[in-house]
Amino acid sequence: MTLVKTKIGRRAFIRNTGLASGGLVLGFNWLASCKMTPEQVNSLPKEWFDLNGFLKVGDNGLVTIMSPNPEIGQNVKTAMPMIIAEELDVAWKDVIVEQAPLNTDIFTRQLAGGSQSIRQGWESLRMAGATAKHMLKEAAAAAWQVPVAEITVKEGMLMHEGSGKSAGFGEMASAASKLEVPEEVELKDNNSFSIIGTDRKNVDGPKIVTGQPLFGLDVYKEGMLTAMIVHPPAFGMKFKSMNADSVKSMPGIKDVFHFEAYAEDTERQWSDGGAIPELVAIVGNSTWECMQAKKALQVEWEEDSKLESSSYHDEALAALLEKAPEQPARKDGDVEAAFKKAAKIVESTYTAPYLAHNTMEPMNFFAHVTPEKAELLGPIQTPEFLEKTLASRLGMPLEKIDIMMTRQGGGFGRRLYGTFGVEAAVISQKMNAPIKLVYTREDDMTQGTYRPAYKVKYKAGLDENGNLIAWHVRGAGTNDDLVFEDRFPAGAVDNYLAEKHALPTNVTTGAWRAPRSNFIAGAEQAFMDEVAEASGKDPIEFRLELFDRAINNPVGDPQKNDYDPARYAGVLKLVKEKSNWNGSGNGKARGVSAYYCHNSYVAQVLDLEDDGGDMPRVEKIWCAVDCGIVVNPLSAKNQVEGGMVDGIGHSTYSAMTFNDGVPNQSNFDRYRLIRNSEAPKAVETFFVDNGIDPTGLGEPSLPPVVGALANALYKAKGRRYYNQPFINDKPPLVG
Amino acid sequence: MANFTLNINGKKQEVDVDPSTPVLWVLRDHLNLVGTKYGCGIAQCGACTIHVDGNATRSCMLTVSSVGNQEITTIEGLSENGDHPVQKAWLEVDVPQCGYCQAGQIMSAAALLEKNPNPTDEEIEMAMNGNICRCGTYLRIRKAVKMAANS
Repeated sequence: MTLVKTKIGRRAFIRNTGLASGGLVLGFNWLASCKMTPEQVNSLPKEWFDLNGFLKVGDNGLVTIMSPNPEIGQNVKTAMPMIIAEELDVAWKDVIVEQAPLNTDIFTRQLAGGSQSIRQGWESLRMAGATAKHMLKEAAAAAWQVPVAEITVKEGMLMHEGSGKSAGFGEMASAASKLEVPEEVELKDNNSFSIIGTDRKNVDGPKIVTGQPLFGLDVYKEGMLTAMIVHPPAFGMKFKSMNADSVKSMPGIKDVFHFEAYAEDTERQWSDGGAIPELVAIVGNSTWECMQAKKALQVEWEEDSKLESSSYHDEALAALLEKAPEQPARKDGDVEAAFKKAAKIVESTYTAPYLAHNTMEPMNFFAHVTPEKAELLGPIQTPEFLEKTLASRLGMPLEKIDIMMTRQGGGFGRRLYGTFGVEAAVISQKMNAPIKLVYTREDDMTQGTYRPAYKVKYKAGLDENGNLIAWHVRGAGTNDDLVFEDRFPAGAVDNYLAEKHALPTNVTTGAWRAPRSNFIAGAEQAFMDEVAEASGKDPIEFRLELFDRAINNPVGDPQKNDYDPARYAGVLKLVKEKSNWNGSGNGKARGVSAYYCHNSYVAQVLDLEDDGGDMPRVEKIWCAVDCGIVVNPLSAKNQVEGGMVDGIGHSTYSAMTFNDGVPNQSNFDRYRLIRNSEAPKAVETFFVDNGIDPTGLGEPSLPPVVGALANALYKAKGRRYYNQPFINDKPPLVG
Repeated sequence: MANFTLNINGKKQEVDVDPSTPVLWVLRDHLNLVGTKYGCGIAQCGACTIHVDGNATRSCMLTVSSVGNQEITTIEGLSENGDHPVQKAWLEVDVPQCGYCQAGQIMSAAALLEKNPNPTDEEIEMAMNGNICRCGTYLRIRKAVKMAANS
């Protein structure tokens, strides 16, 4: 057992904070309105006792665990409570999970992003369970007049062997809730886990498959109006004027007005990055009536800044790749000198277009703003930042703003930027009514906050023995400088130069699942394959030699390198073994790739089945993952599979392009997403079992799979794929 | 506005709406049946899939005035207690990630199995191709459809 001080996150252990039993949740009784089965109603306790901000114990032994972080499909709503339940030693069947509202007094980092929920929540979640268990033990010890150290706990039962006494959590909950929070608690050893590391089904599964209200768009409240926005049709345009009179008289329409979502003096958070400050609002009784009014409304827009086209982005990024930035991001040795003496030089350039997030549930938010308070409910990855912006925009103190998260129909980074929450609040304030803001798919897709467009150029030098002696990467992106200078192969090559540029543009960009990695991993791993081929070595052996170098004799300060070469090599070796890699591909077009991001390591071997068509089908992927302890293998595998489908889908089919600032794709008729028959036929996922504290899984499987696919495509088609989406990357016509 | 009497999940439901209103918004805005989801509004993503006389149909482009007496089934009416073989298989396989598209996926799968109780892998993929899952749960969707077919 490990003793830990409970000092960290102490606020979380101040009881009677109002959570769960207090006013904050009562205000959001919509969430409790889902019908319960008679068994569920009968099993509810008569009284709940808060042991800390994360959990309460019922008089019948049921335990309610609050899941602090936003649920966007990464399954933290199951995994985070599992960690608490583990340390509490309650039977999982006796656990009810509820989504916690934003409460910065209790919870830290209520944010979904960077695959960090499990990693950064690990300690506080365990402590929440362990302290509550300790208090229940103390209550039992006092009741039975025995030393607390002699009390054991299993699946919600407190037992004292010497006296033969035992009691359920429910019997001790009241007494435990009156005790002081312990200064120090014991945490379990990894090998005694009975919930962590076991397959547990999604706690919302039964509601999802029966269509019960869960998502932001499902929010309906008494007296609620529907609101829609109209944003400029092009990046670089702003509102000029409109004639709303004829639209205002359309059936069901309450008001149409121009408004400032963000005022000049609004104190913005980073999450307001993609905000369009001036918009038009249409408010009405129903969604369809608002949609009809939106179609009929004529708005005049005016040019505000340059109207950019994709050809401009492409040319400007290419121009940036031709020049060195003022300062390199990292420089080891002397690449120029090494290239001069190299026996072989390999050079390639890779590109990718803008991408939209396209969460299946379009942006939306419920808001009810009165002079006294602001009540918001909806899908948001960054509720804490939304609250701060609202405080500034509405001129209200933080304590008058309540934010509750619904389940979210996908995030992928889009809901980090909660401008829609601000818009909803401002519209509600103006209408003096509860409103639900709904984006149409077209609003959602053309609004911006895109994955940037990227270009990267690599140059590598090999000596006469096929050893990598120089590596030069120069990357550029729109509003984003792309290159991670301290990632592999930095530290494994004597002469290394990393350079990066950002191209400023008015097309708004934001974090998109595995930011920057989602492109550069594929490019780097495809280039690595080319270099390995030029070296005459097996692509896995070539990489392993570099990791050996980084382990045994790293270049530069090893602390600076943003990866652990031993863990990196570990996933490659595991996938090599599991896929029976023998270099020849077993008659299949086979590619390999490995990448480290978001604190986790992933390696893949991918086989294609080439039927002679444009885009061969992925027959199988073997995927090795090192994310430390796997909290819930059932859903971890789902994340890994989904990430790979996502990576294959976007790199193969998807693109967002512009003509004079106007997005050319506004719905799924022209924006292509991967479909069932295009997804891999089979996937096998293997986890490294090393007992290291867990890291995230929402993102890490996506970036490398693009490289594995590109490398397998080369084997299938005999040519390299450099430009995404690969479906459009055709060889130039000859003759 | 006009009055329509619809046959939804075995019950007669009356609504007073514009005749051009898609069934999707009648269900969601007027009948409090929000399990049927809005995804694209142009019958491209399948999130709004319902059954009309047993056929998988995109409700976002189906006007309320065109329904007549046809029987509509939504995810809420697929089974009494959430125990349709497809729903059970979905839970057993633990298909959902975000879960938003899954009602539409389940309705497409249930309609497929009604007509073709033992579909081949290819038939499953083709029948499910109209339903986008942005989280990429396609492999588990296929597995769950097969499990339901075998049950």
